[in-house]
Amino acid sequence: MNNKKLSPWLWTSALAVYAFLYIPLIIVIVYSFNDSRLNAEWVGFTLKWYQVLFNDGPMLHAAGNSLLIALVTSAAATLFGTMAGYAMYKFKLRLLPLLVLTPLALPEILMGVSLLIFFVMLNMTLGMVSITLAHISFCIGFVAIVVRSRLAGMDESLVEAARDLGATQWQAFRLITLPLIMPGVIAGALMAFTLSIDDFVITFFTAGAGASTLPLQIYSMIKIAVTPEVNAISSLLMALTLALIMAASKLAPGVFKAN
Amino acid sequence: MALLEIRNIVKRFGDFTAVDNVSLSIGAGEFFTLLGPSGCGKTTLLRMLAGFEMPDGGEILLDGKNVANVPPEKRPVHTVFQSYALFPHMSVADNIAFPLKMAKKDPAQIKTQVAELLEDVRLSQFGNRLPHELSGGQRQRVAIARALANRPRLLLLDEPLSALDAKLREQMQIELINLQKEVGITFVYVTHDQGEALALSHRIAVMNKGKVEQLDIPEKIYGFPKNRFVADFIGQCNLLEAKVVETGSERMKIEIDGVGIAETLPAAGVQAGTRGTLALRPEKIKISASLPADVADEVHFRGKVHDCLYLGDVTIYIVELENGLLVEAMLPNSASGQAKFFDDNDAVEIAWRFDAGHFLAE
Repeated sequence: MNNKKLSPWLWTSALAVYAFLYIPLIIVIVYSFNDSRLNAEWVGFTLKWYQVLFNDGPMLHAAGNSLLIALVTSAAATLFGTMAGYAMYKFKLRLLPLLVLTPLALPEILMGVSLLIFFVMLNMTLGMVSITLAHISFCIGFVAIVVRSRLAGMDESLVEAARDLGATQWQAFRLITLPLIMPGVIAGALMAFTLSIDDFVITFFTAGAGASTLPLQIYSMIKIAVTPEVNAISSLLMALTLALIMAASKLAPGVFKAN
Repeated sequence: MALLEIRNIVKRFGDFTAVDNVSLSIGAGEFFTLLGPSGCGKTTLLRMLAGFEMPDGGEILLDGKNVANVPPEKRPVHTVFQSYALFPHMSVADNIAFPLKMAKKDPAQIKTQVAELLEDVRLSQFGNRLPHELSGGQRQRVAIARALANRPRLLLLDEPLSALDAKLREQMQIELINLQKEVGITFVYVTHDQGEALALSHRIAVMNKGKVEQLDIPEKIYGFPKNRFVADFIGQCNLLEAKVVETGSERMKIEIDGVGIAETLPAAGVQAGTRGTLALRPEKIKISASLPADVADEVHFRGKVHDCLYLGDVTIYIVELENGLLVEAMLPNSASGQAKFFDDNDAVEIAWRFDAGHFLAE
């Protein structure tokens, strides 16, 4: 730690920013334990909203859908994103980065509408499959960026050394490159998982009538009112995300630094 | 038959010709050095020997077989990289075991061999460490042990000592010489450090702009540089513009521009009027307050001390001749306690034997 004294201004503004970011989250968590239907005043501690939540059939079903979609998305996006990141690093292509990275910059609503039109043109029934495909398509770019930046920080002579010492191209990738970019790959997988599980806009357009995910379900509930049950599910979602980030930082220390 | 024969190798990067029609042959057990300034093509040539670059023309014959287009993993050639390229996620022992595993050796045999190699490079205690936990010199030794593990026909070393400090570098040079003698493997060494090249090599190829300027034993490279580039690149050298006045069989007369007539060794293919350069090493020049005018076989001129560089073991005197030409002379400081023999502006006489320098025709 340095011994420099921070100016009171810096302290105040830092506190204000953190307050702005975290107070709403804390309110949600606190009110999920509030023994009242209204998010207005603190009445008393209760776990009943969690009870309500775990007896809410449609909500549990949506959560299951979300988890399944997020798992498949994160697996597929990590595979394809790693391949794309490796290709962008290895071959100094011009078109591929553009193709992979543009979806990141596109407004989500545009992605949602265009994917909807595309699926309809293909005569696909909207549902789990179309949602998953849409999620994979916008997650690949995020994984690719993380993997590429990880590769860019790698000493190129390491792969040459492996080849020089008798490894084939594939062996050099598997034994040297892959272990060294693993923190990036894990970070990418985690990113894809969290992006998928809380996506609303693109999911909204590609879900159709068939399938509901957690964000869609929450949205349909708050159309009536923000109930403490929504607070409860939101708190659980936060806990899950936090756990994932902690797990990843254990698995791959440095993920949240270098990249 | 030579172990390695390079024939008319060419490598271009776009419009730039990095290696321009180079041919040379290297014998078994030789310590061979490619020496030159950065961008001279020495590293590109080494990378072609390793298999990281494919030549645009020519042949690389290893034991008589052309390997120019063979991928690196299929060549009995290993490399010690400038950055050492130790695998950061593997222990020292696993790094050294890597080539043995790739060669699909028996695990038990790998274990004993790794232990032996670790002992050879005095790192037995460090097998379980990760590369970043070692010092620069230790990493260097791991890199060498790893590259030698499979007993390659040829060991390539790409400026392996450049990351070490001066003291350690000298120690590693001695280790390298001993190691090469011990294992008897042919070393091809790339460096831009002429001192290192002279100290280590059996033979040196001095490269410039993709071509070999001179290929010879170190004594010849230093003592008889073939042209201005080699004379200038290897060690310190006075390069005096001159022209031939009179040729001869034993010695010839030249006129150093603005200084006067001097005798020197005859050069091949010159005649009266040929312009060129007299290359003269500073340590071959004598310097004194006054010299008898008629010492046999010596050339001498008057001048005054312009600058002195005291280097501890020697002092370099920069002497200004009467016409303003600056000549460097080097004197060992053999008497202890005495920093230098002359001071700035002292009038001195410089002299050299007629066979001390030699004339390089343009």
